[in-house]
Amino acid sequence: MIEIKKLTKQADNKLILRGVDLSIKKGETVAILGPNGAGKSTLLKVLATLIKPTSGLIKINSLDLKKNHLEIKKLLGYLPHSSLLYDHYSPLENLVFFGNIYGVDDVEQRAIELVKEVGLSFFLNEPVKNFSRGMIQRIAIARAIIHDPEILLLDEPHTGLDQGAISILNNVILSMKEKGATTLMVTHDFKQAAEICDRIIIVKNGKIVDDFKIENRNLGFVSEKYELQVEGVS
Amino acid sequence: MNLFRTALLLAKKDLYSELKTKQILTTQIIFAGLVIVVFSFAFDPANNTTKAVIPGVIWVIIVFAGILGLNRSFISEQRNETMQGLLVAPMEAASIYLGKFLANFAMMLVVELVSIPFLFLLFDFKFLGSVPYFILVVFLGSFGFIAIGTFLAALAANSKSSEMLLPLLLFPITTPILIGVVQATKIILTNVEKLSSAIAWIQLVTAYDVIFFVVCFLLIDYVLEV
Repeated sequence: MIEIKKLTKQADNKLILRGVDLSIKKGETVAILGPNGAGKSTLLKVLATLIKPTSGLIKINSLDLKKNHLEIKKLLGYLPHSSLLYDHYSPLENLVFFGNIYGVDDVEQRAIELVKEVGLSFFLNEPVKNFSRGMIQRIAIARAIIHDPEILLLDEPHTGLDQGAISILNNVILSMKEKGATTLMVTHDFKQAAEICDRIIIVKNGKIVDDFKIENRNLGFVSEKYELQVEGVS
Repeated sequence: MNLFRTALLLAKKDLYSELKTKQILTTQIIFAGLVIVVFSFAFDPANNTTKAVIPGVIWVIIVFAGILGLNRSFISEQRNETMQGLLVAPMEAASIYLGKFLANFAMMLVVELVSIPFLFLLFDFKFLGSVPYFILVVFLGSFGFIAIGTFLAALAANSKSSEMLLPLLLFPITTPILIGVVQATKIILTNVEKLSSAIAWIQLVTAYDVIFFVVCFLLIDYVLEV
């Protein structure tokens, strides 16, 4: 599904990604862990086509990211820390706008369904600027999956969320997984990573230093592995 | 085809936002009104030489009201990082440029539609020139100014002092357009017998518009990277 070979990214003489090699199969849910400044978000942004890599090869669904970026973008659902929503627009207007850009059929019906799914149907026509952080993040989740993406790219999606929003987000990830979607999630929340992911990647200084599968939601195993790799990093 | 479809969606989104917030258009129209009132007090409308000021006033309104809108065009996409939402969507960077250009241009035309008749009214100006040529000059001048301005607004939006940077970048590059349209407007409004020289200015502005629109269209991909 996702093939990354010798990926590097340099910015202002600083090498952020130093030859990342990674292969992710369809349907996998992968957590990317690492200390601040390790290059996790950069890796996600390169995959989301927000940043152009300095060198290396990325193939998604056997399509080259450089040559087929429009086809690849249709497959991606990107949820960063920011909501990517227009403040003065209502959830319905936001979702219809993004749905139209992705060419979603019957977009209004799909938007109403998604708002209902994230538990905010009562606020369907209220401007997003009046919402709390948790409510905004729920609509942001709906925005990311409006076009039913095959790949979900999540950048610290659990940060600042209440328990309700966390469980909605986890349900969305798990239901997407059931549909066969692949998920890549940058996070500092080991508990959530252990709970919903089946593979963990640890990034340090722009390189992948560990890559392992987890079973039975073994949080202790993840913490142990992380401490071993990132020991000495402040 | 997808390029125009997504550009129209984006332009529609921007115009609908403007309809809801009324931030840009209101500011532009108030600014235009202020300029007209100040100039109408500064120059006696009864004096014939005052007519010579009108082409200049028209383009002062278009340039400065235009900058007010251009500045907001891309900065408004920084809130909640909505620009990232557009960049990850299946649309070309050129489509974003085209959408923003269409929205800015539409707003500029509205400002012109309101302010130019108001200007003629306050200056008691009797239009003796060629109306179609006058509309053509205003259209071409605004097109070039907004096309270059939209591109530079995208470039300046990444800077912390973008509101200062945009005029600094914009004025040198649009000077040939402004010289051309002010000259053409002056001839059309006050000395229509010399229409052939106005047409020469119009041709120059048209060539400049086409070249810069294509250049901006091709280069926007390098400007919009996060």
